[in-house]
Amino acid sequence: MRGFEEAVARVGRLPRDNLNEYGFDPFGFSPDFVARIAPLAHVVYRRYFRAAAYGIEKVPTGRVILVANHSGQIPIDGMIIACAMMLDAEPPRMVRSMVEKFVPALPFVSYFMSRTGQVVGTPDNCVRLLERDETILAFPEGVAGISKTFSKRYQLQEFGHGFMRLALQTRSPIVPVAVIGGEEQAPSLYNSRAIARLFAAPSFPITPTLLPLPVKYRLYFGEPMRFKGDAEAEDRQIEPKVRSVRSTLQALVHRGLRERRHVFW
Amino acid sequence: MPYDPEGAVLVTGIAGRLGRLVASRLHREVQVVGLDRRPFPGRPKDVKHYQIDIRRKKVEELFERERIRAVVHMAIVHDPRLDAEEHHSVNVIGTRRVLDLVLKHGVRKVVVLSSATVYGPRADNTQFITEDTPLLGAERHGDLRDLVQVDLYANTFLWKQPEVETVVLRPVHIVGDVGSPASNYLRLPRFPVVMGFDPMIQVIHAEDVVAAMMASLRPGVRGVFNVVGPDGIPLSRLLREIGRPLVPIPGPLLTAGLFCMVDGERFARDVGFRPRLSLRDVIAVYRDAAAQPARARR
Repeated sequence: MRGFEEAVARVGRLPRDNLNEYGFDPFGFSPDFVARIAPLAHVVYRRYFRAAAYGIEKVPTGRVILVANHSGQIPIDGMIIACAMMLDAEPPRMVRSMVEKFVPALPFVSYFMSRTGQVVGTPDNCVRLLERDETILAFPEGVAGISKTFSKRYQLQEFGHGFMRLALQTRSPIVPVAVIGGEEQAPSLYNSRAIARLFAAPSFPITPTLLPLPVKYRLYFGEPMRFKGDAEAEDRQIEPKVRSVRSTLQALVHRGLRERRHVFW
Repeated sequence: MPYDPEGAVLVTGIAGRLGRLVASRLHREVQVVGLDRRPFPGRPKDVKHYQIDIRRKKVEELFERERIRAVVHMAIVHDPRLDAEEHHSVNVIGTRRVLDLVLKHGVRKVVVLSSATVYGPRADNTQFITEDTPLLGAERHGDLRDLVQVDLYANTFLWKQPEVETVVLRPVHIVGDVGSPASNYLRLPRFPVVMGFDPMIQVIHAEDVVAAMMASLRPGVRGVFNVVGPDGIPLSRLLREIGRPLVPIPGPLLTAGLFCMVDGERFARDVGFRPRLSLRDVIAVYRDAAAQPARARR
């Protein structure tokens, strides 16, 4: 029960100066709504996944882009990072992550995402959020990361360049975040492209688990990385910067794997 | 008749509630001439009213007789429930006729009242749509087609006719003492809502729309502008603040329950427009409106 109260109290410490008189930001985010689900976040984060965040104090104040490896078939990794920033960071922060473009058309899911601060992943939305000094979460591997099979676990897939252009345009620091545990929560043996096409879904993993397994999640936050340059530059000029983030993140992932003694505790 | 900087401002669609609001504000400063096929009850004495259908040839006589220096064109039907053909001809043919006459009679300023719905409510919209975004409103919502057409026509006019200061205003949902679809909805005794959806909605008070038109009439103002009021709010919260019951109705998946939101920064920056009325003012209008049904429009 103390955990519940603490979780709610931490949500209560979120800044309110960027909200309107009814407690919403222009994107529809509502700390009051988040406070209502904070106890659930506490249970999932602390009890079910027994998550641990290392180096979270390295996240600088003000605008920042968290760049993480993507895994686990369903985006629980994003939720874990968001819980960490809310329940373990000082002061608590709300992570704004990007959702797929079909999400606003889904009943219930649409407004749940909106009230919890998640926005459709258009470049314009990201820029606006960063200019409001928000914390953005990006998975540069995209679907290729989350839907990879168990045999490719913890191998970073190709990175998109969008996050780097955003960082350059808005002069935002990048903090790499290695997520350890996600690959084992729902091991995918096979990704059926045929079925995915049938449902117009990005992937259709074949996994033996119905619910994500109660693996222990570990998050490793790296040092902030700052880049300078033209956001509109050619791909070949952006590429080396992206590669340096990718290799830093891969090293962080390897460190996390080395330090891990067991998947479940 | 040659251009006269002291001439009158023609307001089309003047007999509607928004039109009357514009007239009452405008006639204190300039000579106002009205054009509407409806009578204009409670018309200020110094406003001259021509009760003609905008599609009629006789409209030209008005331009010949009056010295018109500016046109505020709001004879545009935004209510999709009206007969589609009628709708189309009033909106598209009416707008074309007005802009032709503007050109022919050397009018230097025309303000066209479009609306922010022309961008189209789409799931993949960015949160705040800017003026350069393509108008996809008609793609899935056939009833928006003629509004998009009117807007595009006014846009073309803007770029083709540099000597006319054309202003296209795209306000968000207009509320207050007007008969707009949004306003009629907010007067209902209970609010049907689409189950599972709670989109952000932007509203603007009619008084602020009038202020936006006044600002657009200033010399030098030209271009396409989104016009926004106070910050957006989830629809359910707005309805709950108004204080009447919500009735969730299962809706078709994937297209239901979406609005588009726009960025009003350009109008704020270039023209200095700031809405005066807050969400609280808007909510106050509808709190007391429970018993009165929407007034008949014509």
